[in-house]
Amino acid sequence: MFTFRGGIHPREDKEATEHKPVERLPLPARVHIPLSQHAGAPSKPVVKKDDTVKTGTLIGEPGGRISAATHASISGTVADVADLPHPLTGRRGPTVIIDSDGTDTPDESIKERDYSSFTAEQVIETIRLAGIVGMGGAAFPTFFKLTPPKEKPIDTLLINGCECEPFLTADHRLMLEHPAEVIEGTAIMAGALGVKNVIVVIEDNKPDAVKAMTAAAASTGFKVRKLKTKYPQGAEKQLIKACLKREVPSGGLPMDVGCVVQNVGTALAVRDALRLGRPLYERVTTVTGPCIKEPKNLRVRIGTPVKSLIDFCGGYSAELGKLIMGGPMMGIAVSSDDVPVVKGTSGILVLDRAATLFEEHDCIRCGRCIQVCPMGLAPLRLNNLIRRGRLEDAKTEHVKDCIECGCCAWACPARIRLVHQFKYAKFEIAAMERKQ
Amino acid sequence: MGTVPVRGQSPSTSTLASASPLVVAASPHIRSQATVKRIMWLVAIALLPALGGSVWFFGPRALLLVALSVGSALLFDVLAQKAFGRKPTPFDGSAVITGLLLAYNLPPGVPLWMPVIGAAFATIVVKQFFGGLGHNFINPALAARAFLMVSWPTHMTTLWLKPHGGPLSGLDAVSGATPLALVRRAAELVPSGMDLGGLLRQANSLAELKRLFIGNVGGCLGETSALLLLVGALFLILIRVVDWRIPVTYIGTVIVLALVLPNSHLTPWFHVFSGGIILGAFFMATDYVTSPVTAKGRIIFGIGCGVITMLIRLYGGYPEGCSYSILLMNVFTPLIDRLTKPRMFGALRKRQAAA
Repeated sequence: MFTFRGGIHPREDKEATEHKPVERLPLPARVHIPLSQHAGAPSKPVVKKDDTVKTGTLIGEPGGRISAATHASISGTVADVADLPHPLTGRRGPTVIIDSDGTDTPDESIKERDYSSFTAEQVIETIRLAGIVGMGGAAFPTFFKLTPPKEKPIDTLLINGCECEPFLTADHRLMLEHPAEVIEGTAIMAGALGVKNVIVVIEDNKPDAVKAMTAAAASTGFKVRKLKTKYPQGAEKQLIKACLKREVPSGGLPMDVGCVVQNVGTALAVRDALRLGRPLYERVTTVTGPCIKEPKNLRVRIGTPVKSLIDFCGGYSAELGKLIMGGPMMGIAVSSDDVPVVKGTSGILVLDRAATLFEEHDCIRCGRCIQVCPMGLAPLRLNNLIRRGRLEDAKTEHVKDCIECGCCAWACPARIRLVHQFKYAKFEIAAMERKQ
Repeated sequence: MGTVPVRGQSPSTSTLASASPLVVAASPHIRSQATVKRIMWLVAIALLPALGGSVWFFGPRALLLVALSVGSALLFDVLAQKAFGRKPTPFDGSAVITGLLLAYNLPPGVPLWMPVIGAAFATIVVKQFFGGLGHNFINPALAARAFLMVSWPTHMTTLWLKPHGGPLSGLDAVSGATPLALVRRAAELVPSGMDLGGLLRQANSLAELKRLFIGNVGGCLGETSALLLLVGALFLILIRVVDWRIPVTYIGTVIVLALVLPNSHLTPWFHVFSGGIILGAFFMATDYVTSPVTAKGRIIFGIGCGVITMLIRLYGGYPEGCSYSILLMNVFTPLIDRLTKPRMFGALRKRQAAA
């Protein structure tokens, strides 16, 4: 079994939800939909206060070349278009607030159709207008990954069902409950890319998903491949290395090695957009962690406040430590449960207080960070450089290649906040580069 | 699990008060079981079988020396931390390891003040002067041994004790020398008229090798029993606290050089199991703080230790070269780290693309 260098084996902690079918969260009374839920430029609002919208109505159009459309996730009235702090970054940006009329009336554009006569351009345009972004967490606009420049021929499409983050089971459930739809979405993307070699990749801790997907892919010629359970198996570059033995060059993209990687949730969203005409206004997410009474997998509307999800799961059960949007390795800790679910919210994890306080010590040079770094960096050296303010040197030592997977900080016995340092350094270096 | 109300509200309402009790920090939000403290105490535990051996072979005096060494290492470490305004960390286990290793490196007959002086030098000068745990550039216990060696050379090279159940040298004809010293200075030590070739044959015999492996021979307090040291060392390697690379390359180099160097006279096994190589290779050369952090660097480090040890043993002025070899390689560690960076993901292709 091929794999990548480095990586870690954290406790999986998926038992709480992996066997629980996805439940639908009751419609929220009000949603907050930020217009920047994706990598790239925010969408531009096309609705104003007091407008009436239906479920799936366009509320924000793509605001640039790399951008995504945004849609109403419930039917009702626009209560406001306000500048509100972004749930993840905290930076203020336009947010559409919609009050529900309780009917969940779908927009007229949403109807089942036959897309078999669509050209590749039509398929990609449909995906663009449906506001589909990477559902694995990074939220990169999907249409953009499907339109590589001519000089970068693509020969392989990888469908990422690794879900290597501990605790999260949303992708696992999707593969079990909707394997045919995921494969249909995969076929749509493979067609748009003109790619024959398609591999669905799943970690070997999900044998039932491997079975379901293999059955669904039977007549398609797509391969379903089991990979070793190791974090960060689902990281794009590591996935490509493990499956194809190709290495995305430093500073490059998967398309540089003839590859496109899409998450299984993205494949499902693509299928829904093409087959049902349904834009991306809901997603499946895992609500879990030691502080959640009844952890669940939920299908929720974008913009639903996190606290509605937590209430639906029985509320909190212990003294709260951290509320995390995403998984425990790369998720973002937020300061309130008022924040809305966004397109990239792969999970909501609540950790107890005792588990969140780490005392930092001086580095003892044990070298674990180097052993586990899947990017072949020397985290302890980068940390020393950054703490001494030597950002130029950190740049020469490739801090920009850090994928922030967190293996180094997880393994560090001195509990040094390595990822914190690298995020800071990357931010500062980007600012320096913009100035030049 | 009890429910804890948040600001007087029922937790099930899940409404957080405006002054949020939530911790906001960068990812990752979970950590491995490994902590500095846990690692240090595991190493200390792995050194205990050898302590039992030294008490068995050299009597309760061994225990007293170890207790004095560990106790003063702890005391001086904390005193120095207080003096430098650092947070005292007596329970992180590092001073205990330094105390144990220092005592293991002393002849069992040394006066009781020697481990105290050694521990003071190790913790105050070598460790805390340079910034405390993680910042010292050479191994504190070994540096203290070297310090005691140059300050009281007679004490450090003659106060050997005859072990319980065995002769001092392993060779009945001669007294007053450890096996290595005997072989190194055979011409002076062997009574005139005795056949040197016969002595070497005896040194290379299976019975002598067995004695060296079990440890009932003369030597430093904790270094004689290869068996008991290996029990602890294998434990550390199995639980991945210690990387196999340094000890394996160190001992491998010693074996190869014992075979190829012209004046080694002795079997590789005699070289490996006599003196401090087992203690040094598994417990001191592998000290995280003072050895390289990369896999390649550790291999270079281990080979360097082996080469220097054998050069000192066969051509140098001392019968034993283990501690100086490690100290010398400690000094090379920053350079080795600099020269052995791991290969970055995607770096090769970039070069290919440029070519």
